[in-house]
Amino acid sequence: MQEHRTQGGPDSADPIIEARNVCVTYDLEHRDAMVLDDVSIDLRRGEILGVVGESGSGKSMLANAMMDAVEEPGITTGEVTYYPEDGGEPVDVLDLPTEELKEFRWEEVSMVFQGALSSFNPTMSIRGHFEETLAAHDYDVEAGMERARQLLGDLYLDPDRVLDSYAHELSGGMSQRALIALSLVLEPQVLLMDEPTAALDLLMQRSILSLLADIKAKYDLTILFITHDLPLVAGLADRLAILYAFELAEVGTATQIAHDSKHPYTRALLQAVPNLDAPTDSMRPIEGTAPNPAHVPDGCHYAPRCPLATRECHEETPPWVDVEDDHRSACFHSDEAEDAVPFDLSEVSDA
Amino acid sequence: MSDRATTTGTTRDDDDIVMSLENVSVDFEKEQGVVESLFDEPETVQAVSDVSIDIPENDVLALVGESGCGKTTLGKTIIGVQRPTEGTVAYRGQDVWDAKDGRGDVTVPFDDIRRSLQMIHQDPGAALNPNRKVLTTLEAPLKKWDPEMSTEDRRARIFALLDRVGMEPPEDYAHRFPHQLSGGEQQRIALVRALLMNPDVILADEAVSALDVSLRVETMNLLLELQEQFNTSFVFISHNLSNARYLAQEAGGRIGIMYLGEIVEIGPPDEVLNDPQHPYTKVLRWATADLDPTAQEMTDPPVRSIDIPDPVNPPSGCRFHTRCPEAREACTTTAPELGEEAATASERCAACHRTDPDHEYWESEPLDGVEAAESPTLND
Ligand code: SF4
Ligand code: SF4
Repeated sequence: MQEHRTQGGPDSADPIIEARNVCVTYDLEHRDAMVLDDVSIDLRRGEILGVVGESGSGKSMLANAMMDAVEEPGITTGEVTYYPEDGGEPVDVLDLPTEELKEFRWEEVSMVFQGALSSFNPTMSIRGHFEETLAAHDYDVEAGMERARQLLGDLYLDPDRVLDSYAHELSGGMSQRALIALSLVLEPQVLLMDEPTAALDLLMQRSILSLLADIKAKYDLTILFITHDLPLVAGLADRLAILYAFELAEVGTATQIAHDSKHPYTRALLQAVPNLDAPTDSMRPIEGTAPNPAHVPDGCHYAPRCPLATRECHEETPPWVDVEDDHRSACFHSDEAEDAVPFDLSEVSDA
Repeated sequence: MSDRATTTGTTRDDDDIVMSLENVSVDFEKEQGVVESLFDEPETVQAVSDVSIDIPENDVLALVGESGCGKTTLGKTIIGVQRPTEGTVAYRGQDVWDAKDGRGDVTVPFDDIRRSLQMIHQDPGAALNPNRKVLTTLEAPLKKWDPEMSTEDRRARIFALLDRVGMEPPEDYAHRFPHQLSGGEQQRIALVRALLMNPDVILADEAVSALDVSLRVETMNLLLELQEQFNTSFVFISHNLSNARYLAQEAGGRIGIMYLGEIVEIGPPDEVLNDPQHPYTKVLRWATADLDPTAQEMTDPPVRSIDIPDPVNPPSGCRFHTRCPEAREACTTTAPELGEEAATASERCAACHRTDPDHEYWESEPLDGVEAAESPTLND
């Protein structure tokens, strides 16, 4: 990959998963079928990282690539390294043999998707799912079920009632919480969540997020939370990574991104989000439409919509710039973003 | 917005009212398994419970609530798609279901009513026939309602509207199939189809929640422009308070908060949202994330239970009392009322005992899990 892409690098002191130059493509010959383009990012031990992108930005690909779960005929390249606790041998995730990958996926890193109903087998009780998962991984079922009850309780569910139910007998919010409990029953270190609350009502979404914050603290988890909904995750996440059209645009702490974004796309996105406190006339749509994977522009993928785009932007991949400590932006004109796309959070909140 | 705010501020002539619902309830039989249906009486769910509301001309009503609160059923009842179990629904003074059944003196034929009340669905893709070109889909209703119209006129009208919603060149879009359109574009086709009928009211059910964040404001702006231009009223249904607020605020309309089949608070968006009086509205505000991470503490949910009770057996008294952070004994026995004036009023109304400083509520014991009792304050 180009030399300059590694400036303003993602390196962090204690990563639990390190993704380097990860690409997902459906056709190695042609750049055109690229659905994740040269993404390098660390998931740091103990953090909640929010990955924000609109539909078709490649955000689900990123989660899938991190556990080598991209479906055929997609091809994942680059490196994904998992660092177990207590300095164990680093694991090269993209190189794991099938059996070990299966273990890795539940016992080290587990994943929760949107829509629990399709994740549960309709003919098996919730208890059945817990028992089957524990047995399949050679865990002690009795101790495991004790943990299951605990986890269900942590998620404000009545363990007896839920364990005896089938998924379709539970409300959407209940089955999604049961699925989160199931994903944690083998005591993984990392939870990857892909729009885990998107199908639910806002009140249930926020409630689940606040429960996640508690669970994360209680079980020492690291969480990657993928969503299209920036405000939803802003309060939960320690750091935010913004994806646009298959590449990372900006990475920083939640506060840096919300208050001091240095990327024209992030700023436009912040402006576009309908929120409760902003004066309605301060909300502005983003002009133009996102590219589809068959027609990703050369250079910066945002260039066709960006008010700051120069010739350079249309021709070359923008460099990563360290705009602040621990805050990087992939943009040729990071220092002009603020003036070009005005957005002042302090005006917007509690107006 | 300001000139319209004044119209909503004064009492309206009855002539201005397009739809009027009085004491409307809608019951559904709950779906049962085969075995259950052999032995048990079917259970009924009251999806909408005793709601009275008027929809004036050129107005926006945004209905907000959790799934199962009855907002979609109420919306469909407003546009005459859902027959109420009790109460009346009138279109410009004509009872909609009398017109349908040919009861009494029908002054407005049912077909005219149907045409004046249109709907755009949550999933526009599913609402469009995948095997039909856009043009064919759009021509069908015009052919049905106005068979005299020449092909030329019909197309001119369709192209003009496509152009109006930003689908240029319209000839090009007209000859596409739905799968050749983006989600946002499909949504616009659905909107054009509704507008072709020159409707008085359009029901938009979760019309923007499925769109990407960056498209929402754009789509809502389009709705607002069209509403203005075509003098159409919108009933906008959403679980998202921010979207509802945007539309209702910009249009000078109302927001109605629903819980288990009832409207619990209704009024202008700035009053309802900036100074909510109903505890449930406050809870929904908590659920609406602030963009500013520093302003957003991950506090525990301010409800005593995060799950909605079974609508088959709604709680006694105030239906929110099983979850309400302020509930007291009095709430379990007496149901608070929204008030007669809520159907039309331009002022906010809330159905909660706390709005009445003399209510016995203040003397009764807090329920389990409710924090210490305090005394009435009018601004609470
Ligand atoms: S690199 Fe250029 S086109 Fe891309 S975001 Fe920055 S200014 Fe805009
Ligand atoms: S009437 Fe009682 S239970 Fe109902 S909202 Fe008011 S305080 Fe809560």
